[in-house]
Amino acid sequence: MELQITWFVLWGVLWAVYFMLDGFVLGTGILHNFLARTDGEKRVLINTIGPVWDGNEVWLITAGGATFAAFPTTYALMFSYLYTALLLLLFALIVRGVSFEFRGKVEGEGWKRGWDMAIQVSSFLPALLFGVAFGNIFMGLPMDAAGYHGSLLSLLNPYGLLTGVLFVLLFTVHGALYLAVKTVGDLSARAKALADKVWPALLVVAVAFLAYTKFATGLFDNYLSAPLLFVVPLLAVTALLATRILSARGATPGAFAASCVTVLMVVATGVTGLFPNLIPSSLDPNFSLTIYNSSSSPYTLKLMTIVAFIFVPIVIAYKIWVYRIFRAPVTEAEVLGDKNAY
Amino acid sequence: MDVLFMSRLQFAITSMFHFIFVPLTLGLSILTAFMETRYVISGDETWLKMAKFWGKLFLINFALGVVTGITLEFQFGMNWAEYSKYVGDIFGAPLAIEATVAFFMESVFIGVWIFGWNKVSKTFHAVSIWLVAIATNLSALWILLANGWMQHPVGYVLRNGRAEMVDFMAMVTNPYGLLKFGHQIVSGYTVAAFFVMGISAWHLLRKNQPEFFTRSFKLAAAFGLVSAILVGVIGDFHAVEVAKTQPTKFAAMESVWETRKGVGLNLILLPDEKRECNAIERLCIPNMVSLLAFHQPEAEIKGLKDFPRELRPPVMLTYLSFRAMVGLGTLFILLSLVAVFLSRTGRLQNFPLFLKVLVYAIPLPYIANQLGWVVAEVGRQPWIVYGVLKTSDAVSRSVTTAQVVGSLAGFTLLYGFLGVVDIYLLIKYARKGPDDDLSGIIKPVSARRA
Repeated sequence: MELQITWFVLWGVLWAVYFMLDGFVLGTGILHNFLARTDGEKRVLINTIGPVWDGNEVWLITAGGATFAAFPTTYALMFSYLYTALLLLLFALIVRGVSFEFRGKVEGEGWKRGWDMAIQVSSFLPALLFGVAFGNIFMGLPMDAAGYHGSLLSLLNPYGLLTGVLFVLLFTVHGALYLAVKTVGDLSARAKALADKVWPALLVVAVAFLAYTKFATGLFDNYLSAPLLFVVPLLAVTALLATRILSARGATPGAFAASCVTVLMVVATGVTGLFPNLIPSSLDPNFSLTIYNSSSSPYTLKLMTIVAFIFVPIVIAYKIWVYRIFRAPVTEAEVLGDKNAY
Repeated sequence: MDVLFMSRLQFAITSMFHFIFVPLTLGLSILTAFMETRYVISGDETWLKMAKFWGKLFLINFALGVVTGITLEFQFGMNWAEYSKYVGDIFGAPLAIEATVAFFMESVFIGVWIFGWNKVSKTFHAVSIWLVAIATNLSALWILLANGWMQHPVGYVLRNGRAEMVDFMAMVTNPYGLLKFGHQIVSGYTVAAFFVMGISAWHLLRKNQPEFFTRSFKLAAAFGLVSAILVGVIGDFHAVEVAKTQPTKFAAMESVWETRKGVGLNLILLPDEKRECNAIERLCIPNMVSLLAFHQPEAEIKGLKDFPRELRPPVMLTYLSFRAMVGLGTLFILLSLVAVFLSRTGRLQNFPLFLKVLVYAIPLPYIANQLGWVVAEVGRQPWIVYGVLKTSDAVSRSVTTAQVVGSLAGFTLLYGFLGVVDIYLLIKYARKGPDDDLSGIIKPVSARRA
């Protein structure tokens, strides 16, 4: 069944690209109040992601839609089992989106401070929750013939939380490097310094995550049966090291690129380990949701493959082009002089 | 208070809230694009000022529409897992296509439009708002094809314990979905037309920038008249499709209990659901219901009593919503007819009372849009997919009452708060009027940074 494998790969790619793109927006939000000292600097931060955050979030909607269309059973069970966690995620994403839009619409200390806080919390929470959710998916959810036996609290186990922390730190460094590239002068220097400062913590957590993964999950089984696959986590680690080395050399754009590769490869590491499961059962492998027992019919998969192969390249083309239009760093003078800016 | 009831309530609240923002987006994106195009062609800066002023209101509205849309996608899985499992093979496809084909385009080019005033050429800037308008309407097409399938399922077979797609083209050309799409987009245009007319009227009453607001009004009046007429025309064909495919919904819309030929339309009517008849029937137009249903005066209408009670939708709510929607739709045609006449003959300012009426008319098309969806969704009950799957069989099994109580409370609080803030901002910026200072906008293209 090649179509299911095609869609498994596409599923992984959609999530990986989403985390690469929204990762730096979430990171920017997490750093919002730490990094920016004045109202002008805060506006600069928001305007660096202003033209792109919405388009980046659509990758999440597409990942969700693709799960629905290609693996409806997984979509149904994943979303209903993780109800409360997803609800919190939704609330955070809603608040984050309107915060960007609303913050600059009224001149007032309290108004702005309120939305500043909202930006920070609503960026931190999704990063953490995505990590917790994926950590638990890597471990498997407690599900069997009777349904789901977990709760929001059972998701907050040590491995889930460690994955959550990993995501938060990963996106923080990712966002800081993005800001180092997309701003100028002192703000850019501070962003870079912050990325360098957080990086060792990220390295420690990443190593701990890899070690803990060996004990808490079955992800390594695939790697051990096909050792060539170890290239994927190796690339993740190499990219993570390259991020720091390039940053130390002052090659900030290179460091950000390496950070993009890191995020992509971290997701690829998890997804490769999952195959052919989408959500393993931690109780009984017979109740794991796999790409075979939860997929759509061949007809639908074929149709969706055609749609994806036509439209995803078009989307990528115009997205790259728009990123090029907005590639110049954002300056305070420019933001303050532009009424159209956030 | 069980999971089913509260999941339904939550879906109603979240989708109706989302739908406060969508219709305006559908129409105002087109109006803004039209204004900017006129500016690019003529170089007349009033058109640019118009695009900027109405565009700003468009954006305040747009932001909430986007973020509340994610909720709807997530909810199919969260609250309606059994539905998603059963029909995901065919229902998931249009949603995924909507995201891939429409959402990306919309979200990427809205970024270009907001932040690109000095970074792309004038022409391309106008093209980007057209792309947003096209994408917004395309997104409506796919979501309404999906909903059209729930109303009148086609192109599937029941196999492997679920509905599986066998004919994609049947879904894409489903007349029910296409008519719904047509009816909906022009209803959205009507919302936008009355929004622009109402705000313009408010400023004209205060003699603020009369030239700017007269021109805005004139454009919106013409747009509104064409749209409001099309709402009725497409709505009529849509009703025929409903009568053909969803006899229980149609009978509830007109509150017809007994199966008869040549059914008349009572202008005054009150259903009595308990006694399965109408408590009041007055001022009957003979054969009108049959005419509306099948475009034939003698056509037979199936009455509600032909269907077992448990397969009938709530009659009172469906009937009243439909009546009110049709009444409002008629009012919109009349109002925009007068609006076109007065604005074309330059006598708008002589009729302050009419202007006042239009200010208060702003919410009415919103209400009509919501009522239309009440008819569509309540009238389909007890089915979630008409004739295929009952709503009561569609709800998630693993979700607990406590979870839905929590989420319902959370949505109500969060949406209530955001709704208040958004309306506050809309009013604030609508009152402020257009910005005369166009500096920093019309920089020559050569000033773009490399």
